[in-house]
Amino acid sequence: MGNKIVVTNLIKIFGAHPQKALTLLQEGKSKSEILKETGLTVGINNISFTVQEGEIFVIMGLSGSGKSTILRCLNRLIEPSAGEILVDGQDIIKLKNKELRKFRQEKTAMVFQQFALLPHRTVLDNTVYGLEVQGVGKKEREEKAYKILEMVGLKGWEKKYPSQLSGGMKQRVGLARALTNDADILLMDEAFSALDPLIREEMQDELLSLQQKMNKTIVFITHDLNEALKLGDRIAFLRDGALVQIGTPEEITNNPADDYVAKFVRGVDRSKILTAGDVMKKPQPLITLRDGPSVALRIMKEHGISSVFVVDRERHLKGIITADMAVEARNAGIQSLADMKLEEGPIVSEDTPLFNTLSIMAESKMPMAVINAEEKLTGIIVRGSILAALAAGSTNSGSAVQGGENNA
Amino acid sequence: MPKFPLAAIIDQIVKWLVENFGVVLDAFSESCGEIIKGFEKYLNIVPWWLLILFFAVLAWKAGGWKLTVGTVLGLFFIYNLKLWPAFLSTLVLVLLSALVSIVIGIPLGIIAGRSDRFHWFITPILDFMQTMPSFVYLIPALLLFGIGKVPAVFATVIFAMPPVIRLTDLGIRQVPVDLVEVGTAFGSTPWQLLWKIQLPVALPTLMAGINQTMMLSLSMVVIASMIGAGGLGAGVLEAIGQLKIGMGFEYGVAVVIMAIILDRLSQGIGRSLRTEDRK
Repeated sequence: MGNKIVVTNLIKIFGAHPQKALTLLQEGKSKSEILKETGLTVGINNISFTVQEGEIFVIMGLSGSGKSTILRCLNRLIEPSAGEILVDGQDIIKLKNKELRKFRQEKTAMVFQQFALLPHRTVLDNTVYGLEVQGVGKKEREEKAYKILEMVGLKGWEKKYPSQLSGGMKQRVGLARALTNDADILLMDEAFSALDPLIREEMQDELLSLQQKMNKTIVFITHDLNEALKLGDRIAFLRDGALVQIGTPEEITNNPADDYVAKFVRGVDRSKILTAGDVMKKPQPLITLRDGPSVALRIMKEHGISSVFVVDRERHLKGIITADMAVEARNAGIQSLADMKLEEGPIVSEDTPLFNTLSIMAESKMPMAVINAEEKLTGIIVRGSILAALAAGSTNSGSAVQGGENNA
Repeated sequence: MPKFPLAAIIDQIVKWLVENFGVVLDAFSESCGEIIKGFEKYLNIVPWWLLILFFAVLAWKAGGWKLTVGTVLGLFFIYNLKLWPAFLSTLVLVLLSALVSIVIGIPLGIIAGRSDRFHWFITPILDFMQTMPSFVYLIPALLLFGIGKVPAVFATVIFAMPPVIRLTDLGIRQVPVDLVEVGTAFGSTPWQLLWKIQLPVALPTLMAGINQTMMLSLSMVVIASMIGAGGLGAGVLEAIGQLKIGMGFEYGVAVVIMAIILDRLSQGIGRSLRTEDRK
């Protein structure tokens, strides 16, 4: 995966004659000093970041933090005052009118907060808009639109007008319009903020599942931390037009860069961010199928535990053996664990949200096995480790640790 | 303090125009006059009931049965009052003036809607055109084009054009920012943005402008009878001159009927365009 978008020292000054403010910025003056001296607003203050191909990059911040401005700089709906924006290695700030239009047609597609559907066009005609301005033939563009509309669950609604749709459906059209364009980069400006909570969650799930199929590069703007944590492969925190922190959801929640981020993160339900992989312990001790019940008993005794996981030579999980079972097997004269029936405990994958493991844990007496994509045992979870992980959050965010991946 | 010679300056300008372009203007006036008379002649050949039927169909499309019945009754009443030829003559002048106003006004309104500088430039001119007493336009029109229908159209266009410019301008400016952003973000050319987004979204406001222009055209065409526009206005003028109260009232009622029909029809057409969009 390469760098899709590279933003370097991006600055946006609002107002006439931004040059004055730029000089002041270089002298190290603050945003409020510049406003006082020149009457110019610093919208974005020297921001650099990189978006990887195929990732969902969330820009998170409160209103007025400059997040929408950054997004609009990426397709130059707003002209940056200074800096460099490379998309696939091409500096888009240097593009002239015609090249810029081509860039917008082919590389980017945008989804808007208030949906921004054209009221005089049907769902279908809204969806084909991008292809229409590119001059793609009617038949071809409509065929494509029908396919995408079906994909976002709007089959049968093609001939309706936007005023006949609910909010959630309208945004599905907005999404379909962006997808039909077949651009590599989706720019989503608070795309789900205007929807009510249930529909919002539904749309988030939909976006994630679409993303699995389409593998676009998505820049997603939001002011909702839970949304950011759910969608973002990485999150950029923005305050007052400046970047505070960039990191994965785990990095952000575990190591907030400053009090501002910490304050946000404090309210987060950690069980929804942490995964089984985050809280599991090293799978020790383990025994293999070739071992016998006496070995199992000795290991349990050594470690002071009442059961142990059994794996084969490639570390594939074969089951659990408890002390009672081992005693019984030894008395029956069984030599190898391969010859006896083992207990099957709960198994989860590494990326299972901790939240989902809670109920499994509650129903089972056995420790939980964690496996990776190759189905090898990579860790175990006992009740104590879950409680410890959840408790860690409440103490951590209370005294924010300085550090983490800071303004990369 | 000496008086500023505004009147003298204007007189000089008009005199200069007449002296230098008189021949051209006369030729223009004459050929346009022929065209207008031609329209009138052909409309007079069309049987009155066929024309009423035509309006009835239009009313049916634009507003339903109530408007249809009203239109038919109103037009029949004008025919019954024996004002049909005068009605046709006024109708031609109104539609022609409105058409010229719209053809010039909509592009100007679009430019004003998209350029702040042009908006800033044209607004005081529009204020001037609209607030200047309408009679005043008759004098230069008379001097430039002589007596007849052409100066009437000229004066009417100047008087009736501002609303369509203003409302086109307003309509374009009122297109929501995010819809314009959609156009830009998907890589539309300025022309595509105008045709595919701005004009369709501004259409209801634009139609209101066309309606206003039509109404102002009618009122000015009646006044322009003072410089030989003919039609229903001429009847009113004659009635005033001879103090024939009843006759003046007949002509007046015909103007009112015509105004209501034109107003409802153009509004109805505007509305049907809009509802078709959002059905």
